[in-house]
Amino acid sequence: MNAVDLIRSAVKNSLRSKTRTILTVLSIFIGAFTLTLTSGVGTGINQYIDTTVASIGADDVLTVTKAAEDSSEGPVEYDPAAVAVDSPNSPPGAPRFSLIALTTDDLDAIGAVDGVLSVQPQLSVSPDYVQVAAGTAYEANVGSFIPGMALDLAAGAEPDSDSSDYEVAVPVSFVTPLGFTDDADALGATLTLAITDVTGTQSELAATIVGVSEEGLAGSTAFTANEVLTEALYDAQSVGLSESSKDSYAQAVVRFDPTGAEEDLTTLKAGLSDLGYTGTTVEDQIGSFKAVIDGIVLVLNAFAVIALLAAGFGIVNTLLMSVQERTREIGLMKAMGLGGGKIFGLFSLEAVFIGLMGSAIGVGIGMLAGMGANAVLADTLLADLPGLTLVAFDPASLATIILVVMGLAFLAGTIPALRAARQDPIESLRYE
Amino acid sequence: MSLPVLAARDIHKSYGRGATRFDALKGVSLDIQQGESIAIVGKSGSGKSTLMHLLALLDNPSTGSVELSGRDASGLSGRVVNQTRNETFGFVFQQFFLTPNTSVLDNVTLPLQIAGVGGAERKRRGMAVLEQLDLADKARNKATDLSGGQKQRVVIARALVNNPSVIFADEPTGNLDSATGTVVEDILFSLQREKGITLIIVTHDEDLAARCDRRVYIRDGLITDSLHAVPATPAAASTVSEVRA
Repeated sequence: MNAVDLIRSAVKNSLRSKTRTILTVLSIFIGAFTLTLTSGVGTGINQYIDTTVASIGADDVLTVTKAAEDSSEGPVEYDPAAVAVDSPNSPPGAPRFSLIALTTDDLDAIGAVDGVLSVQPQLSVSPDYVQVAAGTAYEANVGSFIPGMALDLAAGAEPDSDSSDYEVAVPVSFVTPLGFTDDADALGATLTLAITDVTGTQSELAATIVGVSEEGLAGSTAFTANEVLTEALYDAQSVGLSESSKDSYAQAVVRFDPTGAEEDLTTLKAGLSDLGYTGTTVEDQIGSFKAVIDGIVLVLNAFAVIALLAAGFGIVNTLLMSVQERTREIGLMKAMGLGGGKIFGLFSLEAVFIGLMGSAIGVGIGMLAGMGANAVLADTLLADLPGLTLVAFDPASLATIILVVMGLAFLAGTIPALRAARQDPIESLRYE
Repeated sequence: MSLPVLAARDIHKSYGRGATRFDALKGVSLDIQQGESIAIVGKSGSGKSTLMHLLALLDNPSTGSVELSGRDASGLSGRVVNQTRNETFGFVFQQFFLTPNTSVLDNVTLPLQIAGVGGAERKRRGMAVLEQLDLADKARNKATDLSGGQKQRVVIARALVNNPSVIFADEPTGNLDSATGTVVEDILFSLQREKGITLIIVTHDEDLAARCDRRVYIRDGLITDSLHAVPATPAAASTVSEVRA
């Protein structure tokens, strides 16, 4: 019997007892459906984290702060050089311990560390308000756009860091309050940013709105300014400050070669910490969060796999009945010269086909259900988290589900298939 | 005398062991020549089916040997035995063993499918043999929808499709009424005569046995008698084309 005939016969045989096959397929379907949804949730949330991560910072960037004295052992000694810097640019959730400000000397030291491509101070600016034309003025945070980071945009483009014009992206929640009819309407408009220096003088800067950003998980309700604008704001804010105050920063941004090996990054971090600095990548900040999500998804998947195991016993049962019913047919085929290996193949292929049907239907309907859930949840439960697709599907993981179920079905099928393969042809031909 | 196509050499076959040991065959020797028809006659439990199973290489004797064209079959690999049963032997059973819900053509071409013959070639040869047995118009029907005589002709077509040199028939007319049974017998004997196919019939039906070239009587696992018939009886003059169910 050639392979094509073997597959065709297996498919035909599995459809012979329809009710029984449908019931078995149904039990596999339940497992595959659950697995599709749970892994879909995992994919969806992780994708969301990834986009959020991209909007927080680039993957070739280390945020460097001066490590505070290790406070875990006893009281911390007073350090007159320590200047508490409130850092609006540190990501939310990061512990707000007081940081020691970085000076120009620090920047030079960081720049000299092996593996550092460039170092830039992270300028923190806090404008008084933002305003469009003569509209209402709102309080706002402004963050600097680091080349390489990807804003989750609702409209327009990211602020151009090479541009000499002042460019800004506004968060989507500010579009209507600022007096625009929709996201597209905001593009190209002029935003006025007001900032006060230490002497109490307020100055205004005008920037062009080039993009509208989605609010990410990291709660980025901040305006994103390009480098020139950030510098201009910083200069305006620093009028009247002493040179040393002006040149002290909460954080510095270090670029490194992201294509290098993992060890390079480790060496770089070690080099920084030797000098008393702490370097964290965006991944470091978000990684633990992802690990928790992965853990939860793993547990959910385990439940789905238990359902699939139960379904596997269903396959064993179905095929044992089938072997029983077809004793004579098996005996006849053996008498006619079909080898035991082919008989084994026939029954295990039947099991694999049942697995394929169950998993394909499960994955298909699971995807439909996931998309349905997304549509409903996006407007209700998850309305506050724009950009989050709760259930997302990754072709590779869906294919893995189908393959795993087929593999499981094959394993379940080996018991009945072995029994069929070992059947004595004479037993079925004995009828005296 | 030429080399026998099949031969049994002092075959013993027993089942079980100790107190439950049952000797089905107690030393049977038999030569079967190419092209002859032979009836193995005996009552239930005489060992005639066991002898047929051993000759058809479906089972191995406890002692003694079965020779296939002079070669000891116990020395053949499983693959060669399977291939022999597929290509050299054809089987006709009392109970038809047709696969239900499958077309007549698919049932007939099962040996070809097992042999790995391609679909188109299978269909061509299946139709040819159905044509020969006057069943071409039933090719698409479900095998289970046929009458008893038609079913047994389908079984004969299945036995013939691979052009075997030996056909084993175990009570081929046992499930048929006498008129239909006669028709099926006529088909089998004309195949033997016209194509030189060796016919090995296991039966307890004396009338059927009487039509064979040779009758071997078996009782309690031993051959008790062997009779040669006078060749070319008048009843054997009919041909396939004259008999229709």
